[in-house]
Amino acid sequence: MILGNWSVRIGGGALAALVLIALAAPWLGTVDPTLFDAASRDLRPGEAGEITDLDGETMKHVFLMGSDSFGRDVYSRVIYGTRVSLLVGILCALLALSIGIVCGLASGYLRWLDGLLMRFMDGLMAIPAILVAIALVAMWRGSLATVVVAIAIPEIPRVTRLVRSLVLTIREEPYVEAAIALGTPTRKIMFGHILPNCIAPLVVQATYICAFSILVEAILSFLGVGLPPDIPTWGNVMAEGRAQFNDYPHNIFFPGVFLAATVLAVNILGDGLRDTLDPKMAKRV
Amino acid sequence: MLTFILRRIAATVPVLLIVAVLVFLVLRLAPGDPAAILAGDAASTEQIARIRTGLGLDRPILAQFGIWIGNVLQGDLGESFYYKTKVATLIGQRLEPTLALSTLTILIAVAVAVPLGVLAAWRFGGWFDRALMGLSVLGFSVPVFVLAYILIYVVSLRLGLLPVQGYQRIGDGFWTFLRHLVLPSVTLSVIYIALIARVTRASVLEALGEDYIRTARAKGLPEIRVLVHHALANAAVPIVTVIGIGIALLIGGVVVTESVYAIPGLGRLTVDAVLARDFPTIQGVILFFSFAYVLINFLIDLSYVFLDPRIRY
Amino acid sequence: MSVLALSGLTIGLPAGAERPEAASRVSLTVERGEIVCLVGESGSGKSVIAQSVMGLLPASLPIRAGTISLMDENISRVPEARLRQLRTTRMSMIFQEPMTALNPVMTCGDQIEEVLRFHSEMRLPERKRKILDIVREVALPDPQRMIASYPHQLSGGQRQRIMIAMALVLDPALLIADEPTTALDVTTQSQILTLILELQKRHGTGVLFITHDFGVVAEIAHRVAVLRLGELVELGPRDEVLKRPRHEYTRMLIGSVPTLTPKMRPHARPALQDAPLVLETRELCKTYAERRWLGPRREVRAAQDVTLEVRRGQTLGIVGESGSGKSTVARCIVRLVEPSGGQIRLGGVDIARMPARTLRPLRRRVQIVFQDPYRSLNPRRTVGEAIIEGPLNYGVPRREALERARRLMELVRMDAQALARYPHQFSGGQRQRICIARALAMEPELLVADEAVSALDVSVQAQVLQLLEEIRTRLDLAMLFITHDLRVAAQVCDHVAVMQRGRIVEYGAAEEVFLRPRHEYTRALFDAAPGRGFAFAST
Repeated sequence: MILGNWSVRIGGGALAALVLIALAAPWLGTVDPTLFDAASRDLRPGEAGEITDLDGETMKHVFLMGSDSFGRDVYSRVIYGTRVSLLVGILCALLALSIGIVCGLASGYLRWLDGLLMRFMDGLMAIPAILVAIALVAMWRGSLATVVVAIAIPEIPRVTRLVRSLVLTIREEPYVEAAIALGTPTRKIMFGHILPNCIAPLVVQATYICAFSILVEAILSFLGVGLPPDIPTWGNVMAEGRAQFNDYPHNIFFPGVFLAATVLAVNILGDGLRDTLDPKMAKRV
Repeated sequence: MLTFILRRIAATVPVLLIVAVLVFLVLRLAPGDPAAILAGDAASTEQIARIRTGLGLDRPILAQFGIWIGNVLQGDLGESFYYKTKVATLIGQRLEPTLALSTLTILIAVAVAVPLGVLAAWRFGGWFDRALMGLSVLGFSVPVFVLAYILIYVVSLRLGLLPVQGYQRIGDGFWTFLRHLVLPSVTLSVIYIALIARVTRASVLEALGEDYIRTARAKGLPEIRVLVHHALANAAVPIVTVIGIGIALLIGGVVVTESVYAIPGLGRLTVDAVLARDFPTIQGVILFFSFAYVLINFLIDLSYVFLDPRIRY
Repeated sequence: MSVLALSGLTIGLPAGAERPEAASRVSLTVERGEIVCLVGESGSGKSVIAQSVMGLLPASLPIRAGTISLMDENISRVPEARLRQLRTTRMSMIFQEPMTALNPVMTCGDQIEEVLRFHSEMRLPERKRKILDIVREVALPDPQRMIASYPHQLSGGQRQRIMIAMALVLDPALLIADEPTTALDVTTQSQILTLILELQKRHGTGVLFITHDFGVVAEIAHRVAVLRLGELVELGPRDEVLKRPRHEYTRMLIGSVPTLTPKMRPHARPALQDAPLVLETRELCKTYAERRWLGPRREVRAAQDVTLEVRRGQTLGIVGESGSGKSTVARCIVRLVEPSGGQIRLGGVDIARMPARTLRPLRRRVQIVFQDPYRSLNPRRTVGEAIIEGPLNYGVPRREALERARRLMELVRMDAQALARYPHQFSGGQRQRICIARALAMEPELLVADEAVSALDVSVQAQVLQLLEEIRTRLDLAMLFITHDLRVAAQVCDHVAVMQRGRIVEYGAAEEVFLRPRHEYTRALFDAAPGRGFAFAST
């Protein structure tokens, strides 16, 4: 049923291809993305040049997407960058979702906690997501772990709110009231009746968080406040291309296309999942 | 009406307080001595000591917060060690470009997105609807800076229609001011258009399924009247809400757009402050943006009363 | 010249629907000054026919054949612009839900004004006068205020009057009324029916009145058309159809209508009085308080001083209009809401304030069946899982619980195969049977039925009522039956409590209350019941 939806097929297919690219990066004609060669600076896409490996040996290499001002292979950096982006997207979604679910269930079921927790989440939500991420990374300094946490934190209130509103709606359903009358303990109602009916919207939400996180990571790296510049991420490649954009637009063009395509694939997948899993939400947004 | 406003204000106070606490904690949770961080890398021991006593860092954390929030309430956001000025002054200087950019962006976005959304809902499932939905996903997915570079490349570098970068104050002539602002605003408005158009479409679509639309059609009203006075009027609250929520997205976009187009606004200030690890400025800017966001959403909350008579004072 | 003449009207359904046509070769006429009732159960296609006349059908329901003539003009194929001209000038429509049929963000006056603005040459002062006139004519109190009000500020009955004013302001020849009183309370319903009759007589309007309620038909129809799965099975003068129905389906429908006279229960009524008390409430109260910051504190007294008792083998009915507090009482008794005061004694033990832990063993004694069969079952669980959930909670081994479920399915007349299937595969009536089985799996002493048959079609309703009656006698259950439908109450209850605004105003043996009502409100309620004096054909 899910696979009958074209959005799911297209988005999922594109995403699967990207995952394959990420896994197979070393065998796709790439070189070590950190390698550089002073002789191969600022090559245009398709030009041949040479590159020196860690042992100091020089070899011929065709720079499919050109090279940057250090003489690094943009193609290799873009391909390896797929790994970072997908990893960040998936980890952020999982982190935000797991913490958000716990908070949402707690808030929906424990009345005494609800007011306090939701005010806290309101406050967190009042700070624009990118600013939270920027501030946190600035404080902790960039590494994969800090970037993931920094991007996931501002997403937590959204998941919490979603779960809470679902819990509050579902617990009013007659079948939940019937379960109360049947003497089903609260814990069983929560995990047996309420959570299973939340899963569809949560899966959809997860894909959107994943897409947004990939974008934010690229933005952070692009602004120079994300992962350290030697790590090959799309944002970093583009950041290095900024200064010479007028003359060598390829440094921004290729990673930009990959980034947009990845986010697009995840978003399309999300829309498709929403249409099939959660028709009620599909009408709403 | 007055009690309604008071109640709404009362509801925003805890939110602002929590924002303040979070912003305050950002610095305290940073590894290392907050006084040393606040003073900057080039500070002398005396400067650090002065800051330490000024912030009451030798006192309990609650007292520290008290001192800090007291200063903030008096408009004192501390001093930037990088720019060597008061943060509040700094924000004041950088406000105009950001305000201009955001205003133009919102205007463009609303003017474009709402009609598109209504049209898509009206022709639900048709080619226009599908095209708009497809484009809106694309709008969500293309990063602001990639779009910015594409536009610069095409419009400015290839066609030479508009300036590549920079900002002109409004006092230096409205025309040049506008010419410099158009490209950044269009760039920034794309994601916003995508968001508003989607929500407009969805809520108009929902309204179109309601019984009162059937009534309006049974009254033999022209279709445009049904769409605007009956469907859109009832869809107004969610649309206005998402315009408010979208401000958060807009602020994120401002940070990026101002960097790419070299506009000396608050977004640019944020990035520069982060790169210089200028924490008083970071704190000040985040606090300012968040308060602005809360304020705008507060005003939007108030506007519901005019949009929907069922919402009581 | 007929006001409306349908001839061989055939309306298609989208491919994959349960039948190929929504309406098949339907022919009928509505004459000037005549009320024709179109009767049928849900899914019979009656609303589709109404919408086809107005030209409001969605593209998925195309007119395949036949003609619709409005004052001798065939309108089944005319362009949208012409239909738009005809709406409200020659034909108007009013709908079922007055709550949602008016635009919530526009004043009532403006909504009527729109009709005049787009369909007449009147100038503003003239339009204002006309609006005031029509609002007066539909007998709304304080017309100026009504015109300036938004729909949510009016009651359901007032909104329906505004709808009627809007529909009749340009004096159309045809009024289509699609279940206009179904969502209203019985007293309001009777007022609206009277109003429609009055206006229709005064203006000589032809009315096509769509309803599922034979009481309403008896009240207002000149002629009756009975629709079944899109086909017209019987058409004739009211008395002919209701008293001497020819078609088997009409006979079945009319036979399913419960009568207002309480059924005599010959089996040992005095003995029932001595049966052990199962449930007793004393001065039960429930107050909903809304506390807000800096705002006025609002209190809603949903139930006040409710004192009643149910004995084994007995059915107590609580009847009342919406907002009377009858459901609140039921939910307090099942402890789905916390009562604010008074006692709920279950077999002598007061459970009104009992904490959850001590309450748990007692819960199984009281079970509830809700109104909405579509939301009463978890969509992600099989019927079997739903039924054994309760027994498993109380330590019954799975195998035994399943065995019990199989027996119960038999009891509620369903196939044991159904246990492995999911709720969405069943109809409303079947789901309600499943809910009953789920409640019975707990072997309760008291079964609370909260409007349990209200959402069902009359023929299905009759079957479920019969089933409940059978179960009650067979298992010697006590039953608390909450309903707004006096006819249903008359059929199943031994005792009746009539509630109004949170209080019991009359309480006694069913035949006492029904045949010799003492309280003014009870009498008003019974007087308002549509078709009360009408002798339907008996089976």
